[in-house]
Amino acid sequence: MEKPEIYTRQAAGSRSHETTESAYYTRNIGAVTEDEFHTLQNSRVFIAGCGGLGGHLTAHLVRIGIGHITAIDGDILEPTNMNRQLLCTTETLGQPKAEAARDYAFRINPVIDFTGIHAYLDECNCDSLISGHDVIIDALDNISSRRILASACDRIGIPLVYGAICRWVAQISLLPPGTAARRIEQIYPHSAAITDTSSLSFTPAFCASVQSAEAVKVLLGKPSELDGKLLYADLLHNEWEMLPLL
Amino acid sequence: MIEVRLFATLRNNRGKIIYLEPEKYTDGMQVLEHFQIPREDVAIFLVNGSHSDPSGPIKDGDILAIFPPVGGG
Repeated sequence: MEKPEIYTRQAAGSRSHETTESAYYTRNIGAVTEDEFHTLQNSRVFIAGCGGLGGHLTAHLVRIGIGHITAIDGDILEPTNMNRQLLCTTETLGQPKAEAARDYAFRINPVIDFTGIHAYLDECNCDSLISGHDVIIDALDNISSRRILASACDRIGIPLVYGAICRWVAQISLLPPGTAARRIEQIYPHSAAITDTSSLSFTPAFCASVQSAEAVKVLLGKPSELDGKLLYADLLHNEWEMLPLL
Repeated sequence: MIEVRLFATLRNNRGKIIYLEPEKYTDGMQVLEHFQIPREDVAIFLVNGSHSDPSGPIKDGDILAIFPPVGGG
């Protein structure tokens, strides 16, 4: 099997910015306590997918100052990504999305560890890739990969923050270990098919924002109303439904 | 009456909330057929707030909520 390209950026090599860096996070404090922020700085987050959701997730988590982030995607940036994917610019077209995520992250915040992996999640690599992280965020674009990721989260015992978009709709849920695969089956029965891949820029931005908040709550041990419920947000009709998940 | 609530694209050319005569509909598949909604266009099918299979029975007074798949990222 071909080894995936891995793009890393270690915080240890970036300490020359230290004076400026001390100001990076002053406006975090209040929203979280100093102790909570230190917890976030020592946390490990895995982002599955660097597309519409993954780009915005990268931006949010890097700015918050999550200390260790891994992001995976096997795609390269194409012109059709431009309308909604934060990582896609005229300069990044043709670049692996995982590499673009690493570069974007470093331009914002050079004092975190960020690893981009140019590969697709599959049944062979999923367990080993997600192991060691505190929370996994689903930014995938297909049902089969979501099933693989959810089963792996159950096996390894890591919370999964699920999110998906279509047109003007976003849906998000927190799936604790032991519930993920079962709830993904409820959200996507085998009879359902994804045929519509359109969305506008604000839909992934909204979805990723809610997912980021859920991930931070997981890391800080805060309870969430989205454990056992699916937030269904229709931005066109301004409808917000909380659907049950068993 | 059976109340049917359609969400997102499923309401295009069909409406948001529709009431159906209970005598004509004994299961959810008949409702999908009435609206000409293909089975693959349905992800979540709730009857009175509980997950159900569209092939299951429905009755007078039930509230159905039907959601399409949302799977992009």
